[in-house]
Amino acid sequence: MSPSQVQSRPGDPEITPALVKEHGITPAEYQKVLAMLGRTPTFTELGIVSALWSEHCSYKHSRPLLRTLPTEAPWVLQGPGENAGVIAVKDGIAVAFKIESHNHPSAVEPYQGAATGVGGILRDVFTMGARPIALLNSLRFGPLTSPRVRYLFSGVVKGIGDYGNCVGVPTVGGEVVFDPSYEGNPLVNAMCVGVLREEELIRAVAEGIGNPIIAVGARTGRDGIHGASFASEDLSAESESKRPRVQVGDPFTEKLLLEASLELIRSGHIVAIQDMGAAGLTSSSAEMAARGDVGVTIDMLKVPVREEGMTPYEIMLSESQERMLVVAHKGREAQVAEILARWDLEAAVIGEVIAEPVYRVTEGDRVVAEFPGIQLVTDCPTYVIDAVESPTLAAARAQDAHAVAPLDEEADPIWTLERLLSSPTIASKAWVWRQYDSMVRTSTIMGPGSDAAVVRLRGTDAAIALCIDGNGRYVSLDPRMGGRIAVAEAARNVACTGARPRAITNNLNFGNPTRPEVYFQLREAVAGMGEACRTLETPVTGGNVSLYNENPQGAIHPTPTVGMVGVLDSLDHVTPSAFQTPGDSIVLLGDNTDEIGASEYLQHVHGLAIGAPPASDPAMERRLIDALLDAIRAGHVRSAHDCSDGGLAVALAECAMLRRDQPLGFAVDLTSWADLPLRALLFGEAQARVVVSTPDPHAVLAVAQAHGVPATVIGRVTPADDGIDFLIGAISAHSAIAPLARAFHDTIPGIMDGDPAAAAAAESSATPTTV
Amino acid sequence: MKVGIVRFPGSNCDEDAYHAVVDHLGAEAVFCWHKEHDLQGADLVILPGGFSYGDYLRPGAIARFSPIMREVVAHAERGAPVLAICNGFQIACEAGLLPGALLRNANLRFVCEQVHLRVESIATRFTSRYHINEVITVPVAHGDGRYTADADTLARLEGEGRVVFRYVDARGHVTDAANPNASQRNIAGIVNAAGNVLGMMPHPERAVDTLLGSADGLPLLHSLADSLMGGVAA
Repeated sequence: MSPSQVQSRPGDPEITPALVKEHGITPAEYQKVLAMLGRTPTFTELGIVSALWSEHCSYKHSRPLLRTLPTEAPWVLQGPGENAGVIAVKDGIAVAFKIESHNHPSAVEPYQGAATGVGGILRDVFTMGARPIALLNSLRFGPLTSPRVRYLFSGVVKGIGDYGNCVGVPTVGGEVVFDPSYEGNPLVNAMCVGVLREEELIRAVAEGIGNPIIAVGARTGRDGIHGASFASEDLSAESESKRPRVQVGDPFTEKLLLEASLELIRSGHIVAIQDMGAAGLTSSSAEMAARGDVGVTIDMLKVPVREEGMTPYEIMLSESQERMLVVAHKGREAQVAEILARWDLEAAVIGEVIAEPVYRVTEGDRVVAEFPGIQLVTDCPTYVIDAVESPTLAAARAQDAHAVAPLDEEADPIWTLERLLSSPTIASKAWVWRQYDSMVRTSTIMGPGSDAAVVRLRGTDAAIALCIDGNGRYVSLDPRMGGRIAVAEAARNVACTGARPRAITNNLNFGNPTRPEVYFQLREAVAGMGEACRTLETPVTGGNVSLYNENPQGAIHPTPTVGMVGVLDSLDHVTPSAFQTPGDSIVLLGDNTDEIGASEYLQHVHGLAIGAPPASDPAMERRLIDALLDAIRAGHVRSAHDCSDGGLAVALAECAMLRRDQPLGFAVDLTSWADLPLRALLFGEAQARVVVSTPDPHAVLAVAQAHGVPATVIGRVTPADDGIDFLIGAISAHSAIAPLARAFHDTIPGIMDGDPAAAAAAESSATPTTV
Repeated sequence: MKVGIVRFPGSNCDEDAYHAVVDHLGAEAVFCWHKEHDLQGADLVILPGGFSYGDYLRPGAIARFSPIMREVVAHAERGAPVLAICNGFQIACEAGLLPGALLRNANLRFVCEQVHLRVESIATRFTSRYHINEVITVPVAHGDGRYTADADTLARLEGEGRVVFRYVDARGHVTDAANPNASQRNIAGIVNAAGNVLGMMPHPERAVDTLLGSADGLPLLHSLADSLMGGVAA
């Protein structure tokens, strides 16, 4: 067949400039399409290009930047470009992992948007041949004072829970941050981790001329058409009308698909498998063909559909969930169908791998789309924008945070501490994670609420540590530093549990990249992440980019989130966050500084996002992590918790009362830093600090000294009845545990389940005060 | 002792039950596929947790019609032991092996956490290794766990000593705060009149290793092993 035989279907709309624009294709991009085809595209072809060249599928504004990130290490078995990254762990065991966003769908339909986000990331992992063993998520919402935000928050949490719980993969960790910048545009990033034996790794590469292409799982319906394009534009008043572009999830089918897919992969009957995720059949077939550099032909009349009269355009662009595309070995069709039938799933041969270098879509005998070679994937343009920092944000960074007048109440540092512990960003998220099954698969050694989750790998004495981190306010005020900190904090969290940080997956949540000030944030944040990844030896094995997170109220804080995977060689090294034993010494690894800019203190107590974020030195972070791990492996460390939001005072308070039923107290003397401003010492967010409790402080100090890491014995763990005590030169402050524990543990339940007055009181900090 | 673990489409605690039995009890275990009619000579049948048939219609309502359930009911009618956990408990109630029903949690939310249970009866083949009124720690993870029955049934269960586990606080007191789903009378687990079918919402198979928070479920498995190997009457 020659391209001249491609025919428009009767009833297809005429290709006009307006229609091209409606498909999000620029005039310059349309010229590229014309050059590639040598003719006007059909309606089906226009739809295919629109999906594959959407930001979501093509990474056209981020790819040149992503190429600068380090992606290699001896333990990396699969880097970016596949459904998920894979690293070797121990004894032939490997883990596959990836993070993905579902921000736009969750903004208009929180329950289904979040649920299908979990479903998609599960499929990305099990299509590598890995059995999913853990889920995490990173969520951003506006302030909980807004009823709309509470609706989004509870809907997203329920959607995540209902999906993961049903499939039987534990949700073991994550983070939730509340900030006004996310009011109209929540972020929902989901990460999945799976385990496999190295030899079970399978890649989504179509090959073998004559091999059949098989559609597996749920039937194709009209839901989610143009989901990828929807995710590649700003949210607007019309977004609500695009609710039909949000897919609907069915976790029960997903569970069947998971079991059937793993059985298929292990059967040896198939060559490749890929999720029909964003841009559905279009992206899965085109990407598998491009990776194998082969031609494919698929017939729309053979695709099992849910509804009568679906056009090729609709079938190609549907994002109906729980569907997979499989390339099988020729002649094994019956065996494939048999495995699927055992799980009550459908399979239909819809096409084949061909020698002819074309990507062809037919409707019976009629060719409705045909692209030469693999140009559809390789010819997508990339863009580099002239970047300019926003003068407004530069000015905000330049503001002197020390000039912010303290409130009268701040004379008592305990008042400030209690206030910060009741900040929904810092307060316990138990209300959230009680709704997630964090224990199924009976491998969760440490679940949600720790610095990182720890999941054992059955059959070995090894475990993996997992966390997600990212601070949008830091990135907003200094994207380079914020990018570094996102990686460094994730590494620190993983190390606190006793694990060596090994690799990351990242999710870049930013605004509209065609705006120079947004592109600046993207470029600088990626550069900062790259610096930290190189020094910490945690390459990027894949991830996701979510741009156009804007709405009429403005853009979100630029928010790269980092999913970190660490490895514990022995279960003996598992280290909890909370203090364990009265009488233990408390050692601060790292140093306190005069840095209060961009802090949760300024945001929550003063309603201000100003000042420079704390400086992050990746080399210092590396030494800190090395020292901490040496001390843990030598058996000197009883607990370890990093200092982040809310600074040293909040970190100490969390160590004391993370375990609500078994709290402990502490007494610390910080007189060595009495020359620092009190609020910077207690609530500043200086980087590279970890609070350790130990029965043998001298041993910990010696290990720290050997690594060139500052370390100071600052006090000891006390019985809970003694409460908490700070001594800073002439200043002393004391509190019982109970009021602080109430602030920390009861704030979110109070807002979500309790009386609205309490909620308003807890959230009143959203009101800015004057400088 | 041979343990048959039933696998419905959507079961997801089947492997956890397998590992508890094989790795921690040292017994033999086999999976029994829902489409088949073969319990493979199992002495003990476990109906595991999960979301059989996606909990569509209502939890357990479809699973009870699976081919394998005819054999499970026959096994129970012979007086052989059945341990029905979480979704298994829901299925056992739907299948008429146990009285009552498990409704949506009162706060309409899924709940996963360690809870305290008080052992109300040790005169069962499931609990002989516990002490009476012992407080044990076992996790729950469910959205539909609110045990509900009519007044006559409740009176009969209480009168016949068939309430085996109750949700309590750490000191063993029955309180509303300790009841994760608002079950009637804080009921967490019951046995049938013959004493050979135990249904419970908490997951004893998740409480077999202190590394994961609790090993308080192990005595339950050991009690069953005692009864099967020592021939102790139910």
